[in-house]
Amino acid sequence: METIFEERQDQIQVTNAETAFEIACNKDSLAGAVSQRACVFCGSRVVLYPIADALHLVHGPIGCAAYTWDIRGALSSGPELHRLSFSTDLRERDVIFGGEKKLYASLVELLDRHQPKAAFVYSTCIVGLIGDDILAVCRKVTAEKGIPVIPVMSEGFKGNKRAGYLAACQAMARLVGTGDTTGISPMSVNILGDFNLAGEIWLVREYFKKMGIQVVANITGDGRVDDIRRCHGAGLNVVQCSGSTMDLAKIMQDKYGVPFMRVSYFGIEDMAQALYDIAKVFLPHDPDILRRTQELVRNELSGLMPRLKALRKDLEGKKAAIYVGGAFKAFSLVKAFRHLGMKTVMVGSQTGTQEDYKELAEITDEGTIIIDDANPLELSRIVKDKDVDILVGGVKERPIAYKLGVGFCDHNHERKLALEGFEGMYNFALEVHRTVTCPVWRFTPRRSGVPIGKAPASETFTATNEEA
Amino acid sequence: MKDGKPYVSTTNACKLCKPLGAAVAFRGIEGCVPFLHGSQGCATYMRRYVISHFREPVDIASSALGEKHAVYGGGPNLKKGLLNVMQKYGAQVIGVATTCLTETIGDDVGQILREFRAEFGQELKLPELVHVSTPSYEGTHMEGFHAAVRAVVEQLTESDFGPKHGPVACLPGFVSAEDLRGLKALFADFGLPITLLPDYSESLDGTAAADYEKLPPGGTPVAAIKALGGSRACIEFSRCQKDSLLAGSVLRDTHAVPLQRMGLPMGLRASDEFVQTLEHISGRPAPEALVKERGRLVDAMVDAHKYISGLKAVVYGEEDLAVGLTALLAEVGIHPVLVATGGEPARFEEEVAAVTEGLVPMPLALKGVDFYDIVDQAKTLAPDIVVGNSKGYRVLARELNIPLVRVGFPIHDRFGAQRVRHIGYAGTQELFDRIVNAVLEKRQEESPVGFMYI
Repeated sequence: METIFEERQDQIQVTNAETAFEIACNKDSLAGAVSQRACVFCGSRVVLYPIADALHLVHGPIGCAAYTWDIRGALSSGPELHRLSFSTDLRERDVIFGGEKKLYASLVELLDRHQPKAAFVYSTCIVGLIGDDILAVCRKVTAEKGIPVIPVMSEGFKGNKRAGYLAACQAMARLVGTGDTTGISPMSVNILGDFNLAGEIWLVREYFKKMGIQVVANITGDGRVDDIRRCHGAGLNVVQCSGSTMDLAKIMQDKYGVPFMRVSYFGIEDMAQALYDIAKVFLPHDPDILRRTQELVRNELSGLMPRLKALRKDLEGKKAAIYVGGAFKAFSLVKAFRHLGMKTVMVGSQTGTQEDYKELAEITDEGTIIIDDANPLELSRIVKDKDVDILVGGVKERPIAYKLGVGFCDHNHERKLALEGFEGMYNFALEVHRTVTCPVWRFTPRRSGVPIGKAPASETFTATNEEA
Repeated sequence: MKDGKPYVSTTNACKLCKPLGAAVAFRGIEGCVPFLHGSQGCATYMRRYVISHFREPVDIASSALGEKHAVYGGGPNLKKGLLNVMQKYGAQVIGVATTCLTETIGDDVGQILREFRAEFGQELKLPELVHVSTPSYEGTHMEGFHAAVRAVVEQLTESDFGPKHGPVACLPGFVSAEDLRGLKALFADFGLPITLLPDYSESLDGTAAADYEKLPPGGTPVAAIKALGGSRACIEFSRCQKDSLLAGSVLRDTHAVPLQRMGLPMGLRASDEFVQTLEHISGRPAPEALVKERGRLVDAMVDAHKYISGLKAVVYGEEDLAVGLTALLAEVGIHPVLVATGGEPARFEEEVAAVTEGLVPMPLALKGVDFYDIVDQAKTLAPDIVVGNSKGYRVLARELNIPLVRVGFPIHDRFGAQRVRHIGYAGTQELFDRIVNAVLEKRQEESPVGFMYI
C-alpha cells in the first residue's frame, strides 16, 4: 500500500506468506499526523478508573479530569465513587508557586467528605514540569488519614498509553500484599484487565462460579480496595487485555509467586479456551472441574450457535477492518468475525507490540494490512481501498466509517453493550448484523448516485409551468 | 461551597479547558486544521470530546511532544508537525493553540512561527499560520474560543480599509451549527451581506459525503477574514466577557468598525434588540415573515404560560449562554433560582440581574463553580426543571428527579446537539416548546391516571 506519511512507512505492513513479518511500533507518534492515541495519563486513568471505592484525584488543570469524567461504561455492584471527577484544577498561581499545598488541601477535603478506602493521585504533564513532590504529599496524607493515598506517576508526555498502564500497575502494586489472605481457597483467581463494561465481569464471574472457582479480586472492573489488598492470596491471575495489567501480574509473580495466564473473553473460541485453560490449572485440586467446565461450555454453545447461524446467513463474505486500543482484543475479533463468515482485511492498534503484530499477521489471511498508531487519513484510505463493510473501533473512529458509508461497531470502553462471554458473542454478532445489513448504506453518496441536485434544467417542464 | 467558603478541590467540573474552545473556533475557518502544541493526549481527548457532540470527524493535529521535547523545547516538533499538516491536509490555515505543557516550558510560538516562515517561506507556499496562547491553567474553553477568534482577527485582518462598505462582521461566540445557519438566513432576510466568524455550520455539521474529507467544506473564508477591517458594522454576542478578550474590540479599535455588542439573542427582548439592530444597519424594516415569527412566539408563550409560570429552574453552562437562557426563562415566568457557570467571566451576576429585572426575583448567580457546588445549592432550592448540557444529567437532574432540557456544549447523550436552535425568535420558540413539553411529560408520567388532553 502506498503510505500517506513517508515516516510511518514501516508502521504499515501487508501480510505476505513469503516474507517474514516485520513492523515498527512502540514509537512516539508523528507530529502533525493526528494520531488516535492519547497519553500516559490516559493509560493510567482508564486502568485504575473502575476501582469503585477509591477516590481518584487528578492533580492538574481541569481538562485532564474533565475529559476522563466517567469516560468508561465500567459498572459497580456497590460504591460509585469512581464515577465522579475530582481535580485540583490547577491555576496560574499554582503553576508559579507550586501545587503541593492545593493538592494537600484538596486531598484532605475530599477524603473527609467521601471517606474512601484509598485514594489515587494522578500526576499530569504540568505537575511533572513544575516538580510538585506528590509522593511526599501522598505520604503525609496517608499518615494523617490512615488510608493508602497512592501516587500514580502518569505525566502525559512521558511516553504513550502503555507507559500509563505500567504506572497504574505500579500504583496498584502498592496495595497488593497489604491485606489478610485467610479464607482464600486454593481454587481461586483474580480477574485482571477486565473493566466490567456493561457488567461483563459479572458474566465471567458466573462462569467461574459454575466451575467452582473463587474470585478474590476484580482488577480493575467493579474493583474494591480491600479485595486488591488481599489478592496476592489467590491461586492464579487471569489476565485479559494485553497491555493494561500484565505488569501487575508480573510483579505479583515475582513478589508473591502467583502464576498468571493470558486470556480473552471475546468470541467463542477464546472464551471457551480461557475457561478450559483455567480449569486445567486447578485440575490437581479438583478432578471434576474439567467436566463441569465442558458442561458449562456445551450448554452455552447449544443456546448460542443456532442464533449465530441465523445472523451469519447475511454476513457471509463481508469484510471487516479493526482498529482498537490494545492489540490483544484484535486477536479475538479476527476469530469472532470468522465465526460470522466475515474476513478481516485490516487490523491495527494504538499500542501493540512487535509480538502482538506478529501474532496478528499469523492469524489473518494473506494480504491483510497490519497497522500501528494509525490516523484518520490512513484509516479512511484503507477502509475505502479495501471496500470494507464494517469498521470496529471507538468514538474517534466512528465518523471515519460513517463518512465513508460503512458500518461501525463500538468496541471501546464507552460501549453500553456487554460483548464478552458467550452472551456477548451474540450481542456482538447482533450489532455487526444490525449495522452491516442496514439499508441506510444504499443511500450514502459513496454507494449510490445522488438523485437530486444533479438534474439538468428541464426546459419542457419549465415551459409547461410557465404556460400554466 | 461550605458556609460561603469555596472548596479547594473541584468535583465534576462545569467547564472544559482553554485549548478545546480554540480548536472548535479554528474548525470554523475555511481550510483550517486546528493544531495543539503539546503532548499527544490533549489533541486526542479533545477530538473525542468534540466528535461525540457534533458526530463529525474532527481532525486536530498535535506536535506530539515527548519527554525530551519537554526538556529541550517543542519548536522542532511544532515545525515538523506544521509541514506534515501542510503537505498531507493541504491546509490553507493552521490554527496553533498552546497547552499547559508548552506554555510552562516557555515555547515562544510566535517566534517559532517566524522562524518557520523564514526557513520554508521561500520554497513552499505556506498556509496562513495563526497562533493563540491557551494555557489550560488559565481560563476555560469559552475563553479559549474567544481568544482564538480574537487571534484570527488580529493576525489575519489586513489594514488600510477606507470606507466601511463590507459585509457586517458577526461574531456569535460558541453557538450551535443550526444557530449559525439561522444567523445567515436572518441577515439574508435584511439583504445584509455577512461575514460570520467562526462559521462551523457546515464543517462541524456536514452532509453525507462520498469520501473522508481531510478539510471539510465550509468555514469563514480567509479572504473574508482579511477584509473584516472594511466591515460596515460588527455585531458581537457577549455580555459577560472582558472587552479586551473579544475580537470585536480589535475591529473597533484597530479598524474603526462600529461595534454593537449585545447578549445572545435568546428570548423576546434580546431577539428584539438584535432584530432592531439589523433594521438600523440595513435601513429596512423586519420582513413580514419575521414579524409573524415573533407573533407566533408570543402566542405560544401565552398558550403555555399556566403550565410553566412560577416554576423554578436551575440553569448552568457557558456564561453567555446561561445568561441568554435566564432571559428566556424569565420572560415566560419560570424563575431561574440558580444560574451557574464554571468560568470566571468578568461580568456575570450583573448580567443575570439585568435580564431578570422586573420579571422574576434575582436568581442566585454563581461563577467559578463545579457540579458539586451546583447540586449542593440546587438541593435547597427545589427546582422543577434543569436547563444545561449533558454533564448535569446524572449528578443533578437524575439526582433531583427533575427533567433536564439539554442545551449548550457538550451534549453527549442525545442526538442533534448541532441542530438545536437557541437564538432569535425561532430558536427561542424551539427551546420554549422543548421546555414546556419536558414539564408536561413529567406531569403526565407522574400522574396516577395518565391523561391524553391538557
